[in-house]
Amino acid sequence: MTEVFVAKTGEMASGDRRIVSHEGVEVGVFCWEDKYYAYSNICLHQGGPACEGLLMHQVEDVLRPDRSFKQQKFSETEINFVCPWHGYEYDLKTGRVVADPARRLKSFPIIIREGNVHVDIN
Amino acid sequence: MTKTNFNIPLSGDRSMPIEGFDTSLHLKHAADQAKARGFDRFPIIDVDSHHYETESFSEILEYLEDPVLQQLAKTASASRHGAFGMLPGNIGYQDMGGRVARYPLRQLEKTGPEAHRDITLTKRWMDALAVDIAILFPTPMLNLGLHPQIEIEVALSRAYNRWLTEKILPNDPRLRSMLYLPFNDPQATYEMAKEFAGKPGVLGYMVTATRNRAVHNDAYMKTYAFLEEAGLPLGFHASYNWNDQTMAMMNKFLSVHALGFAISNMVHLTNWVINALPVRFPKLKVIWIESGLAWIPFLMQRLDHEYYMRKSEVPSLTKPPSDYMREMFYTSQPMERPNDIRELEQTFRMINAPTQLMYSSDYPHWDFDVPSVIYDLPFLSEEEKRAILGGNAARVFNIDIKEKLAKSI
Repeated sequence: MTEVFVAKTGEMASGDRRIVSHEGVEVGVFCWEDKYYAYSNICLHQGGPACEGLLMHQVEDVLRPDRSFKQQKFSETEINFVCPWHGYEYDLKTGRVVADPARRLKSFPIIIREGNVHVDIN
Repeated sequence: MTKTNFNIPLSGDRSMPIEGFDTSLHLKHAADQAKARGFDRFPIIDVDSHHYETESFSEILEYLEDPVLQQLAKTASASRHGAFGMLPGNIGYQDMGGRVARYPLRQLEKTGPEAHRDITLTKRWMDALAVDIAILFPTPMLNLGLHPQIEIEVALSRAYNRWLTEKILPNDPRLRSMLYLPFNDPQATYEMAKEFAGKPGVLGYMVTATRNRAVHNDAYMKTYAFLEEAGLPLGFHASYNWNDQTMAMMNKFLSVHALGFAISNMVHLTNWVINALPVRFPKLKVIWIESGLAWIPFLMQRLDHEYYMRKSEVPSLTKPPSDYMREMFYTSQPMERPNDIRELEQTFRMINAPTQLMYSSDYPHWDFDVPSVIYDLPFLSEEEKRAILGGNAARVFNIDIKEKLAKSI
């Protein structure tokens, strides 16, 4: 186990992220609605910095009862982080590729102890 | 002037303030890949990359030779924005709502006085990708062939070519180009080709594929003959035109981009082969740029299928269209990545990729490819990887490159 310091608890607001690294392993740590999530910062597509892009809610189609198209909207619950190289979107809560949920980024355990947030980069 | 900050609008009434952008940091992982794979061992030539010529539009306008047109253009640019009013507009959302952040953030990147900003920014991404030599193409001007005023295509392309060959290319040997030909005017095309041949950094010529001109028109034969004699390759650079009647039926950028780039080159390549231009100009090197690869096996099979039944329409062809297509050259980006890698392997086999395919990044556009997309393919030998990443381009363009020029690794 290799614990790497991320931030003091309360230091990261919802939507903040930190990129930490240890011996060449880069990890993106997100804070979202009082929870922390940590993933490999290497995009599964071409190796871009997957965790360094925008946080965007999932886009959803809105259909009318007759199944005609009304509009699109942003999800109120599903949030993605987006690789800034090509726009690959990852589910913030699972690390799964939104367009191909069978694939996911490697995740890392978060350890909160003595007022500090650590990530276990093993 | 470089801006100092930008606030990217996000979902849910949020926004993300950004105070700077650095291409080298943006592409650090590409530099890491280059180091891990040993890209310092062989040259990499990027046959299709881009700059944003409209960021230098005021400089380009100084090269406009028609004083009335120059005054019109300067006024339009100053009173509105950039090249607005001079270039055909193009609906599109390349940046995906800011998800591909280098689009909105490019304006924040700082450069020093040591070189033209265009050169500095280009070499930053080249070094990160370990690209030694890049062939640069314009961006907004890719749609100049749709301008209804043919004389403006001629005048602006000439001004751009002069700017490029006088202010950019002579100042760095790593930057090259295939110059824009004003294809809607065949005589001007011929004169442009003759005038700029031999200028520093000019490796050949490029025709933008989004236009409504048939490549087999007899008016172009003297240009093809000149290029063949001069040993200068001719490339057709694809794009999309959402105003095209067929494209206008589609409502998503994804649809128009996916089909538009392929269709524009499919039309010209079909005319090129079926009108026996490979027979008439057997030594002219023709390159099909930025349409990906999956369309080529499709077109080979479609044209061959009809060829065997309708041979009487194409008496000059002595072999099926696919055989001629296998003698042409293709750039790699945006290389499709099917879930079943055997599909890509089959495409490489069908186009004789080890000798006919040339790596291209298309950087900084949204669907760029890093060199590892070629280098990591499991079905290529080391020799084939190096050929596609640089060796084939060195042969096609007669580039004498023996040493590594990229700096970051």
